[in-house]
Formats: sequence, structure tokens, C-alpha cells
Amino acid sequence: MQEVKKRIIQGVVVLVAIIYLAKLFYLQVIDEGYSEAAVDNAIEQVVQIPYRGQIYDRKGQLIVYNTPTYDIYVTPKKVKIQDTLRLCNLLGLSKFQFDSMFTIARTYSKFKPSLFMRQLSVEDFARVQDAMVDYPGFTFETNAFRTYNTTAMANTLGYVAEVSPKQLEEQEEAGEDYYRQGDYIGKSGLERFYEDILRGRRGVKYIMKDVHGVVKGPWKGGEMDVSPVAGKNLYTSIDLDLQQYADSLFVNKSGSMVAIDPATGEILAMVSSPSYDPKLLAGRNYSKNYARLALNPYNLLLNRALQGLYRPGSTFKTVETVVGLEEGAITPGTVLGHSGIRMNCHCGRSSSDLHTAIQRSCNPYFYHVFRRIIYHNDERDPFKASKVGLQKWSERVAKFGIGQKLGVDLPYEKKGLLPDVEYYNKRNKGEYSWKFSNIYSVGIGEGELLVTPLKLANVAAIIANRGWYIPPHIVRAIGSPKGEPLPEFKVKHSVDIEQRHFETLISAMYDAINSPVTVPARYVVRDIEACGKTGTSQNKKGQDDNSVFICFAPRNNPKIAIATVVDYGRWGGVTAAPISMLVAERYLKGYTTNKAAEAEMKAKYLLRLPNAPNSKPKPDTTKQQKPLVAAKKVTGPLVSHTKP
Amino acid sequence: MASRNNSILNRIDWLTVSLYIACVVIGWLNIYAAVYNPEQPISIFNFDTNSGKQLVWMGLSVLLIIAILVIDYRFWETFGFFIYGFVIFLLVAVLFLGADIKGSHSWFKIGPVGFQPAEVAKMATILAIAKYLSTPGTNMARFKDQLNVAIFILIPMVLIRVSSETGQALVLVGLMLMLYREGLPGIFPSIVIVAATLLILSQTVDTLKIAIGLAVVAGIVIFFLPRYQRTRRTFVAVGLVYAGCVGMVLAADFFINDVLEPHQRSRIEVLIDPNSHKRGAGWNVIQSKIAIGSGGIFGKGFLQGTQTKFDFVPEQSTDFIFCTVGEEHGFFGSLVVIGLLLSLILRLVFLAERQRTRFARIYGYGVVSVFFFHFLVNIGMTIGLMPVIGIPLPFFSYGGSGLWSFTILLFIFLKLDAQRSFIMSRV
Repeated sequence: MQEVKKRIIQGVVVLVAIIYLAKLFYLQVIDEGYSEAAVDNAIEQVVQIPYRGQIYDRKGQLIVYNTPTYDIYVTPKKVKIQDTLRLCNLLGLSKFQFDSMFTIARTYSKFKPSLFMRQLSVEDFARVQDAMVDYPGFTFETNAFRTYNTTAMANTLGYVAEVSPKQLEEQEEAGEDYYRQGDYIGKSGLERFYEDILRGRRGVKYIMKDVHGVVKGPWKGGEMDVSPVAGKNLYTSIDLDLQQYADSLFVNKSGSMVAIDPATGEILAMVSSPSYDPKLLAGRNYSKNYARLALNPYNLLLNRALQGLYRPGSTFKTVETVVGLEEGAITPGTVLGHSGIRMNCHCGRSSSDLHTAIQRSCNPYFYHVFRRIIYHNDERDPFKASKVGLQKWSERVAKFGIGQKLGVDLPYEKKGLLPDVEYYNKRNKGEYSWKFSNIYSVGIGEGELLVTPLKLANVAAIIANRGWYIPPHIVRAIGSPKGEPLPEFKVKHSVDIEQRHFETLISAMYDAINSPVTVPARYVVRDIEACGKTGTSQNKKGQDDNSVFICFAPRNNPKIAIATVVDYGRWGGVTAAPISMLVAERYLKGYTTNKAAEAEMKAKYLLRLPNAPNSKPKPDTTKQQKPLVAAKKVTGPLVSHTKP
Repeated sequence: MASRNNSILNRIDWLTVSLYIACVVIGWLNIYAAVYNPEQPISIFNFDTNSGKQLVWMGLSVLLIIAILVIDYRFWETFGFFIYGFVIFLLVAVLFLGADIKGSHSWFKIGPVGFQPAEVAKMATILAIAKYLSTPGTNMARFKDQLNVAIFILIPMVLIRVSSETGQALVLVGLMLMLYREGLPGIFPSIVIVAATLLILSQTVDTLKIAIGLAVVAGIVIFFLPRYQRTRRTFVAVGLVYAGCVGMVLAADFFINDVLEPHQRSRIEVLIDPNSHKRGAGWNVIQSKIAIGSGGIFGKGFLQGTQTKFDFVPEQSTDFIFCTVGEEHGFFGSLVVIGLLLSLILRLVFLAERQRTRFARIYGYGVVSVFFFHFLVNIGMTIGLMPVIGIPLPFFSYGGSGLWSFTILLFIFLKLDAQRSFIMSRV
């Protein structure tokens, strides 16, 4: 019996040892979760966020930079305060504020530093820094917010804000893991498009900490650390002076203007009006200001240059001309009459040749041109012929970038609409269900056709180049002023139309400006050799039409191509044309000769709430743009770092 | 005895002594590692650190060992009751005179030196029971002797519990093993084990399921009973056992919710679900498992642990010393330490069995019981198989009182063992 009991005791002891070893084997060898937990525990990742890249204009002027700020952190355990009141005065806090902030920090942790005050300016920091030596437990960490040298281009530049939960999800789906909750990310404009380049690369330091969060030194001697890589600067092709001048012409107007250097595709200025002061979305008032901007009825956050959709109006006749010539539907000598056409004409003639038709923007002439293009094939049946004709036409027009994305280096570019065979089949529910008479208004840039100001500017650049373009872009160099743009912005795209057809078009566009019919003579800027085409983009019934204009200058070896759309500007010649020519002159000469036109344009008030039925000019001549008044109120408490 | 061959050094069981030395030295190195700070390396011999102090306790242990080996072996049997009485006196005195450490009055403080009577209570209780049971005519199967032995155990147990050293009090339950060997019917330890298991089960599984589960077990037992034993009496017995078990589960609920203090209750809850008190009581168990688990097969290397240093694991050089072993030496290290302790315990069982006096054998099994209980609970709690009960790992944990009490316990037995050939067997 005793022998059995001895065996049982031995058995129990051995059994316990075996169970424990089995459990240990599981913990230590099989289950890997514990070693991962160990890394989280003792080793803390300290993230070092580099400065974002700065943004410059084409002359080297700084547009966007970072203002260092200081965040104060407090480690409650280390705090020894003799005179709380003095500290409160120093930091500009009330005793109550101080106590509540300190209590929050202490509740979070006595040992770990917690954020105490955010975004102390450099001036405040300098004032406080020395005195804070007497207050152990308070530490400073550098931070930065975006700062702007201009109030212009808010939508082009974009803004930076905390990464959204949705973006985090998308990132996860894409299998990446760069951003974490609370990180900043470019949300729109260049800040978004060039996010990867601007942000640089975060550095990570691994620091060993004990359970109280006290730092015990680098982990593995720092061999796992990754040092931060500073964000790269962007050198844009924007001419900041030109941009600000163009903006000044858009005061109290809504609309857009894009100016391109045709030889390179570089965007010289991009106006989207009305807009907001970019500094409103930088710094600590972001969420408050964002809500106000987003709710503003004037669509302040819309970049009209690439998101505003307009009918091109008569400016489209330029494209129509070269397509017609290339197709052989017309020749420069083709004379066409006005008879039997349901279109008004303001050319004051009964028939005209191509040159005069362009110069005078003759609608009936281009009705016939489009008709000839559509029916210029072997099909007898008008329905079948329309299909074949439109197919060819839309292919040619598409090469101008119309109805396509141009691939500008900004997010959210709109494609617009180029109606093609497929589109009409769908709309009219069936093949051969439509013919020329259903679609003729497209031929003069009305109807279904929709473009953005950016596309129109690109059309102007194509004409200026006599048949090719480089996709318009804003950043001409990445990293250094002599750096390269993205590779796609060095590729020439041809529209496959003979150069002589463009020469025919250009000579008429030259006369359209310099022997003006469509542009009042007092608005013309004469000695820059501009070539242009006006347009009137139809709006809804009861609303004034939009004024459209494309031009380039000088005629030979063009330096600038411009497209301008002024909402409710009535017709091309009276607002868009003078504004475009003033901008072109300013760019080419650096000064303005037609001061009268400049003053008249600046004084025009064309601002309306979208969809307002009123077509009469407003008697209200308030000097300042309304939405910006509302916006500027918020500017007050923010410390301005803008250099005049 | 005077002859050189008869010297105590020739008769002492050197295997046990070697195991003892191995445990103490490995423990000492781990105590050094547990608080080693790579930024401020301090020598293992620095007396300001735990490892330095432990070295002092180890040195003093050698003196204790010499003293024990010199003292006549009959001293312990002769003065067994007296020692027991004296320790009971100390346990009472410490309640009134003891220093207040974290609300527990279990330490005498004389200058920098602390002394915890609870540590020697184990030894005293074993001595007293061994002495009592070695009296001819006693029988652990008899109720009177069971009652007397229970009183021997309960008096120090209650006193230690009153001084808030629950862990040390529970160690005395471990003496059940010793009593089982000495004739206590197996039913008693079985009840204890079943009760403890049901106590834990009652907190995880709902009562109804336990009742059904137990019914199934009862059914299986009856099914496998030989036909001739399927009498009404057996059925009644099984039914009673079943009712007892279910009653125990119901009582466990009551016990846990109404008898245990909140921190003790949380320790049981944590055993069941370590994440239930992530920053509270469960913290220890989670951190301890992370530390051990992160060790892998061969560990992070001596002094390379990150979890046990920097205070992630609390009590890292005392109760949770096994974490350091697990983290820095991995499964291999765990195997060595468990192997050493297992060998020691099995060797002591072997030694106990070869004693010629009942007193020596009972004492030997007492030592086995204490070591086994510490081993069972201490390592069990670090790997989450036992509730967190603050008792040290013999010879490994930091602390003078603990090291000395285990050393005294062990070497009294080794002295008895060395002298066994001088004794006429009385059994």
C-alpha cells in the first residue's frame, strides 16, 4: 500500500512537471503572439515626421512653406510648481484652464507625457522657453503647419488635414500601412497629387521604455531605426505675380482662367473664382473653417479650372475648322450661305468664306461645316451616314483632349463630355435612330458638349503649337529648380492635323482680334499680336450666358495660351476677352497699357448665387467679394505669417 | 564518528546538495538579470542591488548549513513541539509587534533585517506533526489522529492568514501530500483537488452544465462497475458524491462572491480570463505570459530580456523570477529549471523512503510537500495555470527569509538522512 502511495506521489509530481512543460512549450515555441506582444510592450516606436516640401513659383518665389510651432507636453509625475499663478500668466492661461488641462493629463498617465498646449508660435516659444526651465515636467516638441505667401490659388495648392477613416480603410485594402490615425495627408490640389513627394518619409526610432514609460535608451543600439527623409520641394510653373494679377481681374466674378505656356504645357496661372484664403485650412482652426467653407453657397472648394463644366460655345469653331479642313469637308475657299438655317447670325452678311466666318463667328457657316463633316462619306442613308460621320468627327475631336482627362497634376479632374456615336445611340435608344438634324448644335459648341476651362486652354495651346500639346501641368521641377517634372509631362501629343490647316485658322483668329467684330475695339490689346476666338456658352433659360474666350500670343512663336470663362459674362467679347488679353499682355510685357479696360473689368460685378434666375445686372456694387468677406472674418485670430 | 570516513561530509547526500547549489546559483544569476539595466550596468556583486543582497543571504546560508550539520540530529525530534510552540508564539507576536508592510503585519524588523515567522512555520509544523505521528500507536486513518494533525496545521494557518499572508497559509494545505503518504485515506486529498477544480470550473461554466457533466461522469462510473458491486448501497454512495459535488459548485459561487475579498476574487477570475483585468490583477499574468512566451526556444540571452526588466513584470525577482528564466533562456531554460526542481523533489522522495525512523520519513515527505506546493503554485501562476498566490519559487526567488527557510528545511532533512544508519529502525 505504501509502495503504491509512493508511486502515486511520484506520479503526481512528474505529471505536474509534464503539464507545465507542455504549457511552456505552447507559450514559448508554438504561440508567436507573445513575442509580438513583447515588442509592443517595452519598445516604443517614436515617429519623426519630416517637414513637408515647400512650393515655389516659376521665378523662385516661395508660395507654401512650414511654420514651426511648438506643442507643450506635460509629464505630471515630474511637475513641481512653486507658483502656479506665474506659470499661468506665462502661458496665458487662467488658473481654471490650467487645472483642468493638468487634470486631464494626470488622468491619462502620471508617467507619460501628454499634450498640454498646441501650436505655440515661435514668438511665444521664445518668450516662454527660458522661463520654463524653472518648471520641470514640461517639454516642447516641434510641429509645423502650412503657411502661405499668398491668398491666391487655394484650390490649386490644396490643403493638408488629418487622414480620414475612409482613407485609412482604402489604404488597408491597398495593402499599405504608411498612414496611421491622426497623421496628416494632402487632401486636395497639389498637396494631394504630390502627397508622396511632399511628405517625405517618416522616420522611426525604437526606444526602450519601462512600464512607467520612462525612456531607457535606444533599442538594439538604434540599428533598427529609420531616419526621416525630408519632403521634396515642388517648383511650379505658376507665375505668382501673373496669378495674383489675374485673380484681381476676377474680383466679384465667378469663373475660371487657365494660362499655359504652349511650348511646354506649363500652367502659368490658374484662376478659380470665388475662392478662399488658403491659410484658413491650415493650423488649428481647420475644422471650424472647413465647415464654413464647405457650406458656402458659392462652391468655394470647387476648382472650376478642372471641375467646372461649360459648353465651349463658339470657341469650339476653331476645332471644327481644322477638323473640317483635315477631313476635306471644306477648303479655305469654301463659301457657304445662311439660307434655310435655324440659327441666328451676327456676322451681318448673307454668305461668307472660312476666314470671315471664323473672324465674325458665323453660326450658319459652321452649321454647314459640321453638316459637311457628318455627311462627308459614302453612306447614302442619312442615319447611317450620320453614324459614320460622327464617329470620325468624335475621334478627331477627342485628340484635342475634349471628353478625355488631360492628366493634369491635380486631383479630381473632370472628363467633360464629348458626345459620340455610343452616346447618341444610348440617348436615342437605338442605332440609326438619330441623324445630323438631331445633333447639329454640337457643331457650334453648344448642345451636349461639355469642357473645362483647362481643356479650352489646352485647345488654345494646340492651336498655338499648330497641332500638338504637352499635357498641361503645374509642377515643372521636383526636388530642385533644375529638376524634372513627372515623365508624362515631357511627352508631345499630336492631334494629327496638318500644320497648314492651323495656319488658315490662326490668320482668321488674328483678324478676329486685330480687325475686331466680336470683341469691342476698346477692349483689344493691340501690340501683343494676339490670336483669339470668342464664345458664348449658353446657360439655363433666364440666366445670362457665360462669357468664353480662348487666345494665344504672340502669333508667331507663342508664349502664352489662355482660356477664360466668366460666369454670367454674357458674351465672349465683353468680359472673357478683355480679361484674357490683359493677362497676356501682363505676362508678355510685364505692364498694362489698356488701363481703361483693366479698370472696367475689375469693377464688373457678375457674382450670382448658382441657379439664381435673375438675368439683370445687379445694382449692388459692393467692392469686396461676398464669400471672401465671410471667410476673412475667421482670419482675425490666426497669426498671419504672410509676407506682403 | 570521529573517523574521517564517518564524517558528515561523507555521509551527506551530495546529489541533493549539488541540485541545491545549482538552483541557488542559477536563481542568483536570474535575480541579477531581472533588474539589470543595460543603460546603467551594475555589478552582480553590488550590495545595493537584489543580486548583491542575495549573495549575502547565500553566504549566511552556508553558516546556517554548517550550524545545522553540527547540531545533533536528535535535537529536532526532541524539541519538535517546543519549536512549534515557539513559532506559534512568534506568529501571534508578529500580529502586534510586526512592521506594517503594505497593510500586512507579518514581518519583524530589526534594523535593516527583516524576519518573517510564517517562513519558519512550515518547518515547525512539519516537525511537530512528524513528532506527533512518530509516537507509536498513532494512525492517520483514525479520526482522533486526523483531528489532532488538523489542529497542528490549522493553528499556524489561521494565524498566518490573519497576518494577510494567504499564500504562506495555503502552503500548509500542501502537507496533505505528506499525510497521504503516512496513511491519510486518499479521499481527503481527492476532495481537496476536486473542490479546487470545481471552484475554478464554477466560475467558467454555468452550474447547470457542471451538474449535467457530473451526472455523465456518475453514469460512466456506474456503467463500469462490476455487476456484483451494483448494489443499492453503491448507487446511494454515487448519488451522495454527486449531490456533494453539485453542492460544492453552489457553495463555490457563494464562497467566491461572499467570502473572498475582492482582490482574491479577481485573482481567480484572472486565472480564468487573464484579459478581464488588463491593468489590474490580470496585468501580472498577462505580462508574465508575454515575458515567458517571448523567450522562444533558446531565449533572448542572459541579461537581454526586455520584459522582466523595466518593471513590466511585477515582483520580477521574487515571485515572478521564473519569467526571467523563460524570457532570457527560453523553453530550454524552463526545461532546465523544471528539470532541476523535479529531480530535487524526486530525489527527496527517494531519500524519504529510505529513512529508518518514521520521524525522519515524515519530515522528508513534509519537505517534499512544501517544495512541491511552491513549485506547483509558483510556476503555475506565471504561466497562467494557477491563481496568483504570492509564494516564492524555492531557491530561485530573491529574499533572505525564503532562501533561509528552504535551506533550513532541506538541510535538517539531509542531516537526518546522513545519520540514518545510526538509528535502529523503529518502524
